[in-house]
Formats: sequence, C-alpha cells, structure tokens
Amino acid sequence: MKPAATSAAPTLAHGYRPRHTLPFRVEALRQLRRRRTLVMLGLLAFLPWLLVLAFTVGGEPEREGGASLVDVATSSALNLTAFALFVSTGFLLVVAVALFCGDTVAGEASWSSLRYLLAAPVPRGRLLRVKLAVALAYSATALVLLPAMALLAGTVAFGWGPLEVPSGGELSGSAALGRMAVVVAYGMMTQLVVAALAFWLSTVTDAPLGAVGGAVGMVVVSNIVDAVTALGSWRAFLPTHWQYAWIDALQFDIEWAGMVKGSAVSLSYSLVFLALAFRHFERKDIVS
Amino acid sequence: MTWRTTLAARLPATRRARVLTAVAAVLLVLAAAVVARGSDGGAASPVRSSEQRIEVPEAPGSAARIALDTTVFWPQAGRPAPAVLLGHGFGGSKASVRSDAEELARRGYVVLTWSARGFGLSGGRIALDQPDYEVADARVLVDWLAARPEVRLDRPGDPRVGAAGVSYGGALALLLAAYDPRIDAVAPQWTWNDLAASLFPNASGGGPETGVFKKMWAGVFFSAGAGSIGGAPAPGVPEGGATASVCGRFTPEVCAIYDEVARTGRATLAAVDLMRRASPATVADRLKVPALMIQGKNDSLFPLGEADRTAQAVSRNGFPVEVAWTSGGHDGGRSQTDWVRERTAAWFDRWLMSDAGAQATEARRQGAAAGPVPAGPFLVTRFGGVDSGTRERVIRIADGPVYPGIDGTVRRELALEGGTQTVVNPPGGAPPSVSTLPGLGFLADLAELGDGLSAGALSVDMPGQSAFFTSQPLDKAVRITGGPTVRVRVSGADDMVLFAKLYDMGPSGSTVLPNRITAPVRVEGARDGREIEIRLPVIDREIDAGHRLRLVLTTTDLGFATPPAPSAFQVALASPVTLPSVPGVKLPPPSYPWWTWGLPAGAAVLAALLVATGRRKVKSRAPLAELRDVPLRIDGLTKRYKGGKLAVDDVSFQVDRGQVLGLLGPNGAGKTTTLRMLMGLIHPDEGVIRIFGHAVTPGAPVLSRLGSFVEGPGFLPHLSGRDNLDLYWQATGRPREDAHFEEALVIAGLGEALDRKVRTYSQGMRQRLAIAQAMLGLPDLLVLDEPTNGLDPPQIRAMRDVLIKYARDGRTVVVSSHLLAEVEQTCTHVVVMHRGGVVATGPVGDITGDGNTLAVGTPVPAKAVEVLEGRPGIASVVPEGEGVIVYLAGAEASEVVAELVGAGVPVDRVTAKRRLEDAFLTLIGEQS
Repeated sequence: MKPAATSAAPTLAHGYRPRHTLPFRVEALRQLRRRRTLVMLGLLAFLPWLLVLAFTVGGEPEREGGASLVDVATSSALNLTAFALFVSTGFLLVVAVALFCGDTVAGEASWSSLRYLLAAPVPRGRLLRVKLAVALAYSATALVLLPAMALLAGTVAFGWGPLEVPSGGELSGSAALGRMAVVVAYGMMTQLVVAALAFWLSTVTDAPLGAVGGAVGMVVVSNIVDAVTALGSWRAFLPTHWQYAWIDALQFDIEWAGMVKGSAVSLSYSLVFLALAFRHFERKDIVS
Repeated sequence: MTWRTTLAARLPATRRARVLTAVAAVLLVLAAAVVARGSDGGAASPVRSSEQRIEVPEAPGSAARIALDTTVFWPQAGRPAPAVLLGHGFGGSKASVRSDAEELARRGYVVLTWSARGFGLSGGRIALDQPDYEVADARVLVDWLAARPEVRLDRPGDPRVGAAGVSYGGALALLLAAYDPRIDAVAPQWTWNDLAASLFPNASGGGPETGVFKKMWAGVFFSAGAGSIGGAPAPGVPEGGATASVCGRFTPEVCAIYDEVARTGRATLAAVDLMRRASPATVADRLKVPALMIQGKNDSLFPLGEADRTAQAVSRNGFPVEVAWTSGGHDGGRSQTDWVRERTAAWFDRWLMSDAGAQATEARRQGAAAGPVPAGPFLVTRFGGVDSGTRERVIRIADGPVYPGIDGTVRRELALEGGTQTVVNPPGGAPPSVSTLPGLGFLADLAELGDGLSAGALSVDMPGQSAFFTSQPLDKAVRITGGPTVRVRVSGADDMVLFAKLYDMGPSGSTVLPNRITAPVRVEGARDGREIEIRLPVIDREIDAGHRLRLVLTTTDLGFATPPAPSAFQVALASPVTLPSVPGVKLPPPSYPWWTWGLPAGAAVLAALLVATGRRKVKSRAPLAELRDVPLRIDGLTKRYKGGKLAVDDVSFQVDRGQVLGLLGPNGAGKTTTLRMLMGLIHPDEGVIRIFGHAVTPGAPVLSRLGSFVEGPGFLPHLSGRDNLDLYWQATGRPREDAHFEEALVIAGLGEALDRKVRTYSQGMRQRLAIAQAMLGLPDLLVLDEPTNGLDPPQIRAMRDVLIKYARDGRTVVVSSHLLAEVEQTCTHVVVMHRGGVVATGPVGDITGDGNTLAVGTPVPAKAVEVLEGRPGIASVVPEGEGVIVYLAGAEASEVVAELVGAGVPVDRVTAKRRLEDAFLTLIGEQS
C-alpha cells in the first residue's frame, strides 16, 4: 500500500466533486439489472402480444350499439395500441410507475447500500434528484415501451392503417401517430402523481413494497371515491379523475380541456409530494 | 435499529407552529377559492308573476272579442322597466316559455307571455301569424303594456318594449316590429323570412309557386295545430262538428288551403298569398329595428338562409343586426339554452335597457343616421370533440366582427367530376331517397364527429335516381361557411324535380350530409335543356384534407312531395362548385377554469414552502486549521433516542494520524450510533465531529476522505461483487485510477466468487467485500464496525494484519468491537464506551495494564490470602470467585506461585489480570 499524503491534508479526497457523484448513467445501471425492472419491462413488452393472441383466438370483437375502443381494437396497429393503453392505464402502468419510483430509495435502504452512498458522500439532495430522474426515466420507458410494442405487434397481426375512432371516422396513420405521442405524453403527466407519491413514500419507509403499495393504494382509493358521483365537481380534484382524458386525443377533433385539467391536478399533487420527499429526506436520520 | 426521531421531536415548538400555520393558510386559501367557485350556480330566485286574460277583437273590425291567456313576469326593481313580449313556438303555449321569461324578468324586464290565438287557453283560431289576427293581437298587448305603471314609456302610449320568440313566436316578433313602430328591439330565433319559400323551397331561384312542397314538415305542423295541443279547448272554441274534426283550431281559410296543397303537392296562389302575408320578407323594408337573428344549423324547416334574408333586410334598412348560428334547430340536437338566453338578454340590455341604445334606434328611424350599417357580429356555434369528463361534445362559439351573408368573404372553386348522367323519377316517387326527417337532427350532431357509419347510414340516395359528381381529395382543409353554389344543365323532361346535396366524403368513401339538409329544385318547361344555378344548403363545416366533396342530384326525397308521374332526364355539371368561407370567423382561444393554473401555482408555492422550511438548521462551523492533521476529533457528541433516552451522551475523544483506535463497548453502548453520526447519516443533537478539522454534516465533502463499514455490508444483491465495487466507486464520481481496486480485491479475497451475484455470498464473503469497499481509494480515515464478525480465525488474523499495515502507512483506522481480544491485538489506542458515554480512553498499553496484577485460581482462596498478605513485593490480595487477585509491588509471578505452593496452597492456574478486562467485564456484568 502506498503511504498516504502526510502534511497539508486536503479538504477533499482527490478527484471528489459533489456534483459528479452518482452520475445518472451509474444509477441507471444499478437499477437496470434488477429482476423487478426486467420483469416489469418484459411484461409491458409482452402484453401487446398477449392481446394479439387473445384477439386471434377469440376472433373479431362484436360491435354492439355504440362502438368502444375494444370493438375496434383489431382494426389496425394504432387501434390495438389505443386499446392496450386503455386496459393498462388504470392499473398496470400505475404499478409499473409505482414500482420504479417507490422502490428506488426504499430498496437501497433495505439493502443497506443507501448509507454507503450517503457516506461516499453523495449529497442527499443530489441522491434524490438522480434517483428521481432515473426512476422517472424508467417510468417513461415503460410508458413508451407498451405503445411501441403494441404498434409493432399490431402491425404484425392486423397491419398498418388509419386509426378507427370509436365515435366514428378515422384518423390517418401519420396523424394518429402524432395523437399517440400526445397520449403518451399525457400518460406520463397523469402518472406523475403516482410517481411522486411513490417516491415520497420511498423516502419515508425502508420497505419498498410499502412505498409501491401505498402509491397503488392511493390510485385505488381515488378511483373508488371518483365513483361517488354525488361528489359532483369535487371529483375533478381527485388525482385519478382525469386518468383517461387522453381518450380525448383519439377522436376526430382533439379536445384539450380534460388533459389540461388533468395535467394541472397531477402536477399540483406531484409538486407537493416531491417537496415532501425532499423535505423528509433532507431531515431524515438514516438508520437502515 | 428501529428507533427514529420524529418531526415533533426535532422541530422547536415555535418553528413547528409557524410551518403548520403556513401550510394551513395555503390550504385554507385553496379551499376557500374552491368553495367560492363551487357555490356560483345557486338556486334561481323566484319571480313574481300575474295572470290575466286580455281581450282582443276576434277579427279586424269585428265587435266579437276573444280573450288571450297571458302571464306577466315582474322584475324586482321598483322603477318602471322595459318590457319584452315573449312568443311561443307553434303547438306550444305561454307555459312553454316560462323559464325563459323568468330569466329575463330576473334581469330586470317586465316579460309578457301569452298563448297565441288558437293555442293553450286563449280563444280564437290559428291564422298563422297573420297581420290582421296574431300581429293585431300583439299590438293590443303592447297597448296593455303602455298602460302599466311598471313599464317604462318612451312617450305616452309607447312603451320601451322588445319582442322575442322561437319559430312561430319569432316570426311574430319580426312582423310585430314591422307593423308596430313601438317595438324597439327584436330577438327572433329559428324562424322564417318567407314562409312560402320555406315550405315550397326552390333552390334554383324559381320562387314558391314552382317550389317543392316540404310535405313532411308541413304535415307535422298541421297536425300540431289541428290536434288539441296545449291542454283543454279554450272557452269559445266550438267542440265537435265536421269542421273541428279536420281543421282543429285552424281558421277555415288556413285549413282549406292546407287541404288543397297537401293533395296536389303544389303551391296555389292563395296559399302563397296567405303565407306571404305572414312573412317578414313581405315587409322587409319596414323592419326598422335592431335584430338579433338566431338560427339553428340543424334546421331543415327554416334553414340558415332564412335568417340571412331577414338580416340583410334589417341591415339594408340601416339597423344593427347580429347573426348567430346555433347547434340546434327544428331538427333537434344539442340545445344552447343558456347561451341563447345570455345573448338575447345582452341584446335587450343594449337596445332596451340602455337609453343610449333606444335613442340610437330612434335617431335611425328619424333618418338622422341613415344608410346601411354592416351587420355583425357573426357568431357560429361549432362542435369540438367529446369531453371524456362530461361525455358530451364541447360547444364553442366562433365569432367574427361582420356578418358577411351566405356567400362568405372568400370563395373558392372546386371542380367536380362526372359526366352527363340520366336520372329517373320513379312512378309515385317511391322508393324515395332520404336526407332527413323532422326530429332527426341529433343524427346531424353525430355526423359532425366525423364520417362515422352511424351518422351516414340514414342518408340514402336511391341508385338510378341519383347523379354523382365527386371532387379530387382536398389537398388542404376547407371550412365552408355559407351556401355553396353550382351550375347544372338539365334536360329531358317538362317537370324536373331534383334534390341537391353536397356530401363530405372521407378517405374510406363514407359520406356525411352536413346538417342533413337538401336543396330542392324544380325546373319546368326545359325539355330541351336549361342551365340553372343551384344554391346548396347553407352550412358551416370543415372539410378535412384528404376528403372529397360529392354533389348528389337525386329525384326523390322522403320529406318532399315529388311529381307522381315517372320521368327520366339528364343532368350534367356546367360549372365547378363555389365554396364560400369566412376566414374572419375564428374560434376564441380556449379558456380553462381558474384552477388549471391556480392549482399548480398554489402547489408550487406550497412545495417551495415545504422545502424551504424543511431545511435543518445546521450551525456552520469553520474548519479548524489546527486540527487539519487530526483525522478525527469528537467533542461533546450527544444524541437522544426518540423518547428521550440518551444513545450517545457527551462523547469526546480524538484520534491521531497513524493510530488504530479501538472503540470498545458492549452491544448498545452507543458505538454504532457514534459511527453513524461520524458518517453523516444521523444528526447529532449536540456536539461536533471533525474530520481533518472539518465539521461533519450530512454529505459533507470531507467525508470523501473517510472509508466506512458500519453495521454490516450493503450491496445490490442482483449485481456481482466486482460490479458492486465498480459501481460504488463510479458513484463517488472519482477517477478510476484512484480506487486501487487490486489492493481492495486482495483484501476481499473472493477469488472467482467475485463475479457471482452478491445474493449468493455467505455472510463472511459479504463482510470482506464490504471492508474492501471501505478501503477503495485508500481513505485517510478508515472506520470499521465489528469487522471480524462472521470471519473465521485465519481471516480474522489476516484482517488484523491488514489493519495494522494500513495504519503503518500513515493512515488512521477506527475499529469498533465488543471483543476485548480483538482490540487488544489490533489497536494502538482504545476508547471504552458504555451506556452512551466514554468510560476510558488511552493507549492500549496504558489501559491493558503492565502485568502487575495476577489472577490465581485456587480452591482455597481464604488460605491463599492468609499466605500472601503482608509479603514483601505484594501490595494487596483480594479473594475473587474461585481464586484471588494479587496486586504486585515488585514481586515476580514465579515468587508468588512458589510461596503459595510452599505453603501447601494448591494452584490451578495463574494468569495476568488486566485492568481493561476488569473494567470491561464489570460493564458487561452490569448489563446483564
């Protein structure tokens, strides 16, 4: 071993710069090879093929009365994508996002690796920022992966074509692709509240499942309360009330109001949850 | 460890109160704002009303009188108010306009509603808005208003009064304004300009005499008038009898005319004359009144063109006019009740309530402000998409400053393809093509969604009866606002009836007839051919890029009377179709509720507040230069558990360069808590830790000179040992060459297991890997917590050598342990902790003693004390358990043994007794 520097001891170890600790790429690598990350991404990539299989075995959906997304799901790749998003928005994507964001800090705490990162030292604020960025990046990946894979599976199974709008009419392939981009972007916006809550809980508890479950539970409870129509316009302020407003983008005349309101609500909750996360983590005694 | 400090314990009471107050204040403001917004649409206040029967002459000049059933709605205000006559639609009664009337009364108007003659409880017979009957009745009502003190007068006998109404009532409002100059403003809705042209339309300009009879609509209205609509027959109306059974409450004249028209399907002169008398078109030059023209887009009975002609007349006369196209109409569809009420009230506010408005009207009538004024504004209702929140189509009002008429401000021509085609009028006109039927307007709403199947299915063009002319796909979207025109050449028969429809045709070939309206055309005496210009229905529709326009000319329509005689004739296009549009009419930018920006802004403020007040106040301590070579200095360190128990109590000690310090103490002595504070993981309540002179705070940069292993390893189980070390080092952000991986990996000693996932490691392997991680970068200060836990004896020995060698190179090591032997064999210095406090501190040699104490094991301790007591070189002898403790003062151990054996005391064993162990065991003894 080499002798340590003797006199004139420096303040910092050689090459240490707080702003260069825990680079995004490193955190992304640390999370990537986790089984739950791979399983969740794999599930999202597999789901469209499962839907294709189901429609192939079950045959063409019957159209009864007013058409819905499932009735036209086999019309084209774009329709399958819209259907895949429709069936995943309420739960699967919520679980995926809650998993990526709820596990990120609590998981480290449960492995005890959190304290070594903090003693490295990775400044707490930076640790949270990088972890949040990586968790959001994985969430965004999930939200892009599902429709992308659905487009691929749908093209293979049902061919490329215009998006058949359930309420009547069709959108050309290129126009519909643009709409899908809007849908995915809005999907990210609505899932932000799930992400933020999961992230906050992740800093509070050392049990990853607690954070994930807490965020998913919030969505479940919000949906239940949303079903109480007697609440009237108050429901507009529930975090999940506008969860499906992206459907407004899949019609002939895109309607922004729902998505604007949904974004406002989701953003508002998210800001508060994230502030709580940072507030809590900055003050927290790390005892895991 | 499971303890945790709470917010409550950490925040001083005053500060906590401040934070909570701030949070509560923000929430309260948000909640109050929400409540304030939520309580807007409260229940409408009741409106005072009074009913009276007002007598009018049964016929002009007749002495016989009939009574009109009226209700007046009074405003709140005490002073005289302007009045509004509110007429009802055909088949309705004064009850049908009650809520409209109440709304206007709430806005400060005296509102007079009445059942028109022949409807409801009013007497008389229906004369179809004739000047001598219904209009004359309304003039009596104006007289009645003029006599009421509650009504504001412009001059004696001339009240400030406006007229409004839907359809039948709307036409009456216009006619009343034409016949009675006391009317100051009108707001007719969904009504006709020329009743004859509405019921006998001819889109080639031929006039009602050659028009095509709108038999379905006419029948619907005749039935409405003939039946006992609006409750029981009024007093004075004869019941039973031959006439009553057929004509109901129509006047004999109206009844007879309808009878003839319905049989022949052609307009008679008498019919045209009767309907013209009931038409604002006839008195167009007398329409000298500000007019708000509200017309429905879904109206195959009185299409948008009707309002256009009235608006043009009013404008030509030099009076202001506003034109609004609403989504509904006689065919039905989404109503815009609230918007129409709002707009109507605003119109009356401007021209009745406001004296300036009324005076301007008066001035125009006097000729002071003559000449046409441009009509406007022009308001067009358009549909957005379906809002998934309300599950309803979003309604938007596009507006422009000037109403340009039905020819638009911009016209473009679009070529249609399709040569000369022969169409056949089947005998009896059956089976007919279908455009719309009365009341099917909701389908037209659907059709605006796109080119859906559901919307297109009911539009039928019978093959053989129809000629098709189709454009190329549009390269860009075109919004048609107005009535397109096209020139067509027809030939081959004497009486040719055609229905012209302009379809929006999607890329897949599906077609939509905008608003489901058709333009009927009759051409007579043109067997040898004639070129006609057809005015297609007035619409407002966006034709998307890639869509085509298709003109269909068909010989039959279910809603119209067509010639029963069969015929076949040729049609050919003579011109492109001209598409009017009004680019000046634009949708306003969408508006969203206040909270769409207010909520995020409030949340951002709250979030900033949460983060700002959440900062832990840490005393910033300047680095001490004199300590910059002291690896570790702890002063007065104190930490309380949740609940108040002290975990670390005023701990102070210093570690100098080159030392291997042992932190010795039983489990629970506070060693680990101290080390966690040293790593910046938990916040001390008091005291300061300095590393090389720098105070430790969470994430303090000086921690980069610290390598630590505290309370077991922490690795990502899904990664190999090598990847774990690699990624850990990358997470420090330091250069790879500084890591000294090779040295660290030697210490870990994992061999090939290094590339296996950590998940598969034994406890000892993880332990060694963790120590290797702590040594990455060869930190100046290495802190190891129970490093030999889980290691086997050879590994423990190797670890000991590593640590001694590490410190020998000029670095510093702190080792915590609850094992005396480990500390004794490894460390140069020791700090003994117990119950959170430092019990002893100093070089190991000082503390372990100098070999001057012996523990002698013997079965007879009493005898041993007796033998040794007072011997030279022996300070004292104390019995302890199965033996004695001998404190030496110069004597050797061998002498003591010889003495005892010589005295016959059996000696089991003799060991050096150390003070450190003594102290330590005592402590542990107290623990248990």
